[in-house]
Order: sequence, then structure tokens, then C-alpha cells
Amino acid sequence: MSLVHEIDYGTPVSKSEKLVTLTIDGMKVQVPEGTSIMRAAMEVGNQIPKLCATDMLDAFGSCRLCLVEIEGRNGTPASCTTPVADGIVVKTQTERLKQIRKGVMELYISDHPLDCLTCSANGDCELQDMAGVVGLREVRYGYEGENHTKLGKDESNPYFTYEQSKCIVCNRCVRACEEVQGTFALTISGRGFGSRVSPGMNETFLSSECVSCGACVQACPTATLNEKAMFEIGTPEHSVVTTCAYCGVGCTFKAEMRGDELVRMVPYKDGKANRGHSCVKGRFAYGYASHKERILKPMIRASIQEPWREVSWDEAIGYAASEFKRIQAKYGRRSVGGITSSRCTNEETYLVQKLIRGAFGNNNVDTCARVCHSPTGYGLSQTYGTSAGTQDFDSIEETDVVLVIGANPTDGHPVFGSRMKKRLRQGAKLIIIDPRKIDLVRTPHVQADYHLPLRPGTNVAMVTALAHVIVTEGLVNEQFVRERCEWDEFQEWAAFVADERHSPEAVEKYTGVDPAQVRAAARLYATGGNAAIYYGLGVTEHSQGSTTVIAIANLAMATGNVGRNGVGVNPLRGQNNVQGSCDMGSFPHELSGYRHVSDDATRALFESVWGVPLDDEPGLRIPNMFDAAVDGTFKGMYVQGEDILQSDPDTRHVSAGLGALECLVVQDLFLNETANYAHVFLPGCSFLEKDGTFTNAERRIQRVRKVMAPKNGYADWEITILLSNALGYQMDYAHPSEIMDEIARLTPTFTGVSYKKLEDLGSVQWPCNEKAPEGTPVMHIGGFVRGKGKFMLTEYVPTDERTGPLFPLLLTTGRILSQYNVGAQTRRTANVVWHGEDVLELHPHDAENRGIRDGDFVKLESRAGSTTLKARISDRMSPGVVYTTFHHPLTQANVVTTDFSDWATNCPEYKVTAVQVAPSNGPSQWQEEYEKLSRESRRIAEAAE
Amino acid sequence: MSHSPHHHDHSHGAAHSQSGSHKTTDDRLVYMANQIATFFSTQPHAEAVDGTRQHIRKFWDPRMRTRIAAIVEHGGTGLSPIAKEALEGLSRPAVS
Ligand code: SF4
Ligand code: SF4
Ligand code: SF4
Ligand code: FES
Repeated sequence: MSLVHEIDYGTPVSKSEKLVTLTIDGMKVQVPEGTSIMRAAMEVGNQIPKLCATDMLDAFGSCRLCLVEIEGRNGTPASCTTPVADGIVVKTQTERLKQIRKGVMELYISDHPLDCLTCSANGDCELQDMAGVVGLREVRYGYEGENHTKLGKDESNPYFTYEQSKCIVCNRCVRACEEVQGTFALTISGRGFGSRVSPGMNETFLSSECVSCGACVQACPTATLNEKAMFEIGTPEHSVVTTCAYCGVGCTFKAEMRGDELVRMVPYKDGKANRGHSCVKGRFAYGYASHKERILKPMIRASIQEPWREVSWDEAIGYAASEFKRIQAKYGRRSVGGITSSRCTNEETYLVQKLIRGAFGNNNVDTCARVCHSPTGYGLSQTYGTSAGTQDFDSIEETDVVLVIGANPTDGHPVFGSRMKKRLRQGAKLIIIDPRKIDLVRTPHVQADYHLPLRPGTNVAMVTALAHVIVTEGLVNEQFVRERCEWDEFQEWAAFVADERHSPEAVEKYTGVDPAQVRAAARLYATGGNAAIYYGLGVTEHSQGSTTVIAIANLAMATGNVGRNGVGVNPLRGQNNVQGSCDMGSFPHELSGYRHVSDDATRALFESVWGVPLDDEPGLRIPNMFDAAVDGTFKGMYVQGEDILQSDPDTRHVSAGLGALECLVVQDLFLNETANYAHVFLPGCSFLEKDGTFTNAERRIQRVRKVMAPKNGYADWEITILLSNALGYQMDYAHPSEIMDEIARLTPTFTGVSYKKLEDLGSVQWPCNEKAPEGTPVMHIGGFVRGKGKFMLTEYVPTDERTGPLFPLLLTTGRILSQYNVGAQTRRTANVVWHGEDVLELHPHDAENRGIRDGDFVKLESRAGSTTLKARISDRMSPGVVYTTFHHPLTQANVVTTDFSDWATNCPEYKVTAVQVAPSNGPSQWQEEYEKLSRESRRIAEAAE
Repeated sequence: MSHSPHHHDHSHGAAHSQSGSHKTTDDRLVYMANQIATFFSTQPHAEAVDGTRQHIRKFWDPRMRTRIAAIVEHGGTGLSPIAKEALEGLSRPAVS
């Protein structure tokens, strides 16, 4: 194996369809109009020397190394900034050019520390390469003059260093931060000889606006900005292309290795989701995989009061299987079940549901998508006929109006957030519907045209009011609706939304938003060109989550914004494989491909391949499992890669349910919170240690590739096979590709998917079948999957979770950039420098009324329970609304959230809880008790000699 | 509009052995059935009843349906009219 090298064409690709022909060094070259001469030359393998150019960034033209001669033109233009023209004849190598380039390099090198041999970038430095390329052999100026070689180093960022003395002021980092990331954290301060790169106003990287995305490090041609791992481990020698295991963007990376040690993760330009960009999590936060708290040996215990006992794999698997059998014999076939993971691969998820359906013989399987995007599945399948977003990420490049509702892309989906910001800087309009002033409302060179700061829990009222304006002001795209949608349903819907009670003026009493703003936003959405809706958990995690998804789908249909590039309805998925885990039949009522278990033909198909009879009754959903456990009808559970205790709402109800189980099997990297209640612990493996696929938010199936052996001995899919075989249901796969072949055989939208195709194409978006052999980037082109699009009525029903004298504030929850979900991974990396604890954000008025100062400990209490955490006073919040994250187990934010849930799917209402906040001087009783339980439950007995 | 089992505005000492909320599974089932009925209630009566019934048939596991059938048999206290009518027409699962 060797390093995967990507060609740097020097400047970005031109999208023009018009071709231009020119001659470069005697060779005829044909390229799209607008291509630079530098890129045209590279297309035919002729690399013009360069320093300030790289193809992730627009040309800048500062280093003067890339000069060329053009017949009939004067001077020596820079090839990076000069576009091609028909018929021109270019020379890239002449005596004059050689002399100029040598001179340029000589100046750079005379002000550069010559410690190449011990430099961390030795062998990976473009300055070094260029010195060789231009044939520089001596430096006439000497090194004695005034220079920068003694400047200090900024090591404040945990993952990379900034060594000023090596900087050649090529500006690539500054441009990467602006053009690729959109954070504008870097500037060139000073002038001429004194100019230097500087984060913010001469701050350190850590104290600046920098979000540690790594784009500048990637762009830097020297060792000035360099990963710390390159100092500690050395340069990598081989690399493997794989997919990030954090969020639903699904960025592609090269895992660069030295032996079986991971040196760094480098974003892959050919990645169709990220196009060469990354965020701090995927780029840097992989250290958890080798964290000392990772459990590598299986463990069992008879009761959760006992310490864990390390045992062999055989014993652990045998014990789990015998317990499940015992429980089923005693309490019935439907008394056990399991949970698949949105962090595991498609193949692993598929196997867990197969085990539950085949070996347990029931449909008690659910996935954590229950608690995030299940309303998306319900809402979009009812209206459009498919449980997924309509677009690919590239679609944003053709969007004119972006409507973001209940999502915070710059934190939750950072790389897509950057792509969105880029489009906004190009002039697309922006509407934000969110109770919080999220970063996108105002960030460098981006400002929302409308921010509608609604009260949490009033999405349906708001989106229906937008529809009211569109219908009553005659902004419906009637041609689209007549051609593509059920006309009768549309008319009923139009009459419904036109009712005065849905007008922006009438719903103001619920939403609290200025009706004039709502009207203006609706007009912009309907008439501003290609309009695309992006939404997240702020839409789904409500008692009317499914209704809001339906309302959004209605809005896009009414305005004709479905079925082509630049438009659509786009759920931003939380975890890396939420889409995949839903596709793979993780829901208790559906087999893979969203087919109901009561459908005889579908069951017959699965039965013929699986060789077992299948239950035709829907199984329990996650919250129903806890109820059934408390009631004593549900006694055993196999949980792969999820921490339901920390992530699910109403912690006390969850813990009561888990505590009532006779056998809880947890498969994970760490003793997570759920494992506090477990009887069998099966150590899992990280995404670096296995093969498989993830499916991102744009339905893109991408390969996960093994770069090292599983530290725990087995990949997660192998562990499920062991358990299934011990239960007496034989599974036999030598490689995950065989599992994918079975999925393809059984799932109509996957029939064309295979590992071979993924190797050939890099990735593919489902549906991928005979009709679409290379996949489907944009759905519903020419017609909806269900035939005609279906409008549905969306009456606003206020949640029963109400504020009152005792609980006057509304709590909403969310996540931040540097941490991921329950934080099990990111808390075990240096990312904690950005987020050491969960804090409660509240508005200055609410703080003042309660005598709370910034940084004070406060008690956060709801009808469900209470916890304590630190307060942060912030005008991002509207008065009356408070906000926190749930990344840290000791905060236990979910002790406070209630058991209210979406009417259709039971997706919990995380986003609205009535609370009170008061000064406090210590942890709550629950926190103290839980801490003690946690400490005791994590004991591992000394191995017997 | 349907009515939910009400909440109690008081805090409680936490203990792991006890469920966080005071609701019983029966309370939750009634509440959920009413929520579903509320969504469908914008449709004409017969469709609203049918929509609610199909939804419960499609998404609830047999033990949940058995349990709510028992509630209906005992008078269906707390159920909204649409939810009650929907459930009256739903046959009890053979097994649970
Ligand atoms: S790491 Fe990213 S955000 Fe930070 S300075 Fe570099 S490009 Fe900007
Ligand atoms: S830090 Fe690197 S990329 Fe930035 S100006 Fe200096 S050499 Fe160029
Ligand atoms: S944006 Fe998401 S997928 Fe991409 S690197 Fe960050 S966490 Fe990973
Ligand atoms: S590469 Fe063209 S001027 Fe620097």
C-alpha cells in the first residue's frame, strides 16, 4: 500500500460547457472556458511550478512562480490567474522563465529556516519541492540579513501548530478560512516585509474565532501550519480512503497511516459530500479509538450491583444467548428485543434487525432514529412516498433562497454549513426559523434576510401561516400542482390554510413573531427563484414533529420547489448513519426498504432468504419498550452502539425500564451510561477497525474501510453473528460485502448496490436499481415516488407541555460543533478544550430577574426532574427561552426533559420543556445518587490469578 | 380537543427505582391514542376514525393494542370520541 495522492490542479474546475482549444508546450489541449492556463496544463500532466495556488481556492496570483509566456502577448503572465483563450500558444518552460523562477525561490528560501531534515513536513512540503523543481542550488543573498527565522510558535490549538518563522505569506490559509470554511478567522497583519498571518486581532488560534476545521492546515504549503501528530509520529507512509463516523454529512477522508498507527485524517477532494473540506470532529477528534477507557474484553455479571467480571468471548456470548432463551421460555417470544445503532454500518444494523426478527422471532427492534428523525420518515413517505431527503448536497450551489428551520448547520453539520455559507456569500437569500439567534443569522459576510424567532413548539402554526400567505396572495405554482399533485387534496388544503385562523396575524399569539416578517418571508420563499428547505431536529423533536414535516412538504409542493436541482426538502440527519439505519429495517413495523411487516409478499420474500417464519405484528418502539419493561412484559435487550440512558428523554423513566430488565446486553466502545444497567458487555470496535458502508443525509452510500485490526478482536458485525449463532439462528458471512449483496437482493431501492460498484463510482445515492444504475442524486424528477404528491392538513395543536407559574420558562436542547451527541467519543479527545461542560444559556432579563450571574451554578427544574449546571448569559436566546446541550453525562439534561412525544412516531419532544431556573450551590440529589450508581456500576473485578 | 392525564406541579426526590413521571402505561396509551385522533380530526368524521384506527393497527405492538382494548371495554375513560370510536372498531389481537 502507498499514499493516495490527489492531483492539485492549482485552480478550481470551471463549470462552463463551452470548450476552448489551446496549445501548451506544443500539445493541443481542450478545456472548458474559464479554466486557468495552470489547470489546463495540469490536465495534460504538465505541472507548472506554483506556491500560492491550490485547486481548493480561487487563484490569487501573489507568488509569481507560475509565470508563462504566451505567443503574441507581452510579459510573463501568471498562469493561475490567466484564463485560457481559443488558439493561444503557451510556453511554460523558457530560459527567461527559469531565471525568474529561480530568483523568486531564492528570495523565499533566504528568509526560511533551513531545518528541512528535522522539519515535521520534510517530504511533505511544497516549498522544498519547488526549490527542487526550479533547480535552485544556491542562495546568493546569504541568510544573515533581516529575517523571520526566529519567530515564536503558537501551540494553543490542541491539534496543530503555527510556526510563524516558516511562513511564506502565500495567503492560502487566509483564503481557505474565508472561501472554504467561511469563518474569516485569519488575516495578514502588517505590511511588506512585516506582514504575518494572524488569527483575529493578534490572538492565539485557540482564543480566536477559529473553529479548528483544519482547512488552513490543509492549504498551507509549508510546515507553518502542521498537525501535531506529524511531529509526534512522523510522516505517514500509506493511506486508505474512508468515511467519517460522526455526523450525517458523511465526509470522505484519507486515513493516513504509519504502520497501523493513524497519523492524521485528511479530507478527500473526491468526496462527493465534503469536496475536500472537513470539521474539527472528523479531521482531528479520532483519539477516542485508542483512549485508555476503551473496553477491550467481554464482561458479564449476574446483577448490576456486582462488579464486572472479564470473561472469554465464548463465555460472554454463551451467557447472553442462554439468558435470552431463558427469558423467552419464561415470559414469551415477544419479551425480548434490541436496538440498532445509527453509528454502526448498514451491514451491522441489518444484521441486528435480522437477529431480532430471525433469532428472537419478533419485531421488537428499533433504532435511535426514533428519537431524532422518525417524523421525517413518516411525514415524507405520506406526502411524497419516500422516507428521505430529496436532494444531494451539491444542489445548494443552485439554490436562490435557503430556508433553514430548526437546524443549526454550522454546528450540527459543519461541512455542509460551510457549503451553505459559500452559496449565501454568492448572494442567495436566507430565511431562518428558529427560537435562537443561531450563528447563521449573522456571520461574516452572511446575514439572514429574515429571522423568525418563534416560541418553541409552534412550528406547525408558523409553517401553516407561511402557506396561508402563499395561497391567499396567489403565489401557488398552479401548473406544478395540477401536473404533479392530487388536485382534490390540494384544494382541500388550500381552503384549510386560507382560513383566517392560520394567518400570520392570527398565529402571532402562539409564535410571538411579527406577522409582517412572516408575510415577507413567505413571499420570498415563493417567488425568489429556486427555494430549498433545510431542517433538523428542531422540527422533528416535538409532539407535532410529523405534522411539521408534512407542513414543510406541502409548502415545497405548493410552490413547485421539488424535483430539480437547487430546491427540495432536506432533512439534516444527526448521526452518521441515521439514514442507513432507517433504510435497513430497524423500525419495529418495517423491513428494509420501508415495507410493513404485515405485507405477506414482503415477508414471504424475506422468509425464503432467511429461512425462518417472520412475525407479522409490529413490535415495540423504544419508549414502548421502557413502558413494557416497567410493566414486566419486556425483560431482555440487545443494544448495539447506543447510549439510550443518556440520549433518551425522561431519564428516570428510562432508568426504571432498564433497571427492570433481567438481561441487558450492551455492545459499545466504552462503559457508557446504559451499561450501568447491563449484565453483559461486549466490547465494540471503532470505524477504523472494520469494513462496511454508511449512508449520509443525501442517501449517499459510502465505504468505510478498515485501516487497522479490531483492538477488541472482532468487528461489530462479527459479534452479532456470534450471538445469533449461539441463539441457534445460523448466520454465515465472510465479509460485509456479502451482507450488502443480501440487502441488495431483498431491497428494491438497493438492487444495484454492491461493493464493486462502490469501488468503481466512489459512492452511490439510493434508489440504485435497474431504473437508476448509477443512483439518484435528486428525487421526484418528473413525478413523485408515490405517483402524485399528496397535500395533508396540518392543524396546529399546542403541546400539553405548558409553562405556568411554577415552570415559567421554555427549555430547548441542542448540540455544538466540537462535541458529538452524548459525547462518548468527543469527550475523550482534546475537543474538550472548546466545551468542557454543558451550560445553560439564558437571556439577560431572565437571569437578572432571578439574580443569576454569568458562570453561576443554577438548578434547572421541570415536572420530570431537576439537575444543576452553570449559567451562561446570552442574547442569542429570546426572553423566556433557555437552552442547553446534552453532551456530558453528569449534567443529565434529559432528567429534565419529559415523556411527551410526536403523535405519529413517538419521537420525543426534546425541544420543549417547561422549566424553572434558580441559583443553586451544588448538584441535585439525582446527580449525586446517579454519580454514586455510576461509580459502583463501573467497577471491574481484579482478574483472578 | 383531547385531554391528557394532568401533571403535578411539584418536584420529587429522585430515586432510580422509580419511574420519572407519574404516568402509568395506561395513561400513556390513552394519551397517545388521543394525540393520533387529534391529527386526523381535521378530516371528515369517518376518515378521521379510520385514519386513527389504521395508524394504531400499523404502529402499535399487540400488547399495547390488547391493553387499550381492555381500557375501551371498561368504558374508555379519557379517550376522545374519535379515538374511542376508532378503537371500538379495532379487533383485539389474537396473541399479545
Ligand atoms: S482551522 Fe479552519 S477556522 Fe481555524 S483558522 Fe484554519 S481555516 Fe480558519
Ligand atoms: S501559514 Fe502557510 S498558508 Fe498561511 S501564509 Fe503562511 S505559508 Fe501560506
Ligand atoms: S461535517 Fe460531519 S462528517 Fe464531516 S468531518 Fe465533520 S463530523 Fe465528520
Ligand atoms: S501560483 Fe500563480 S502566482 Fe502563485
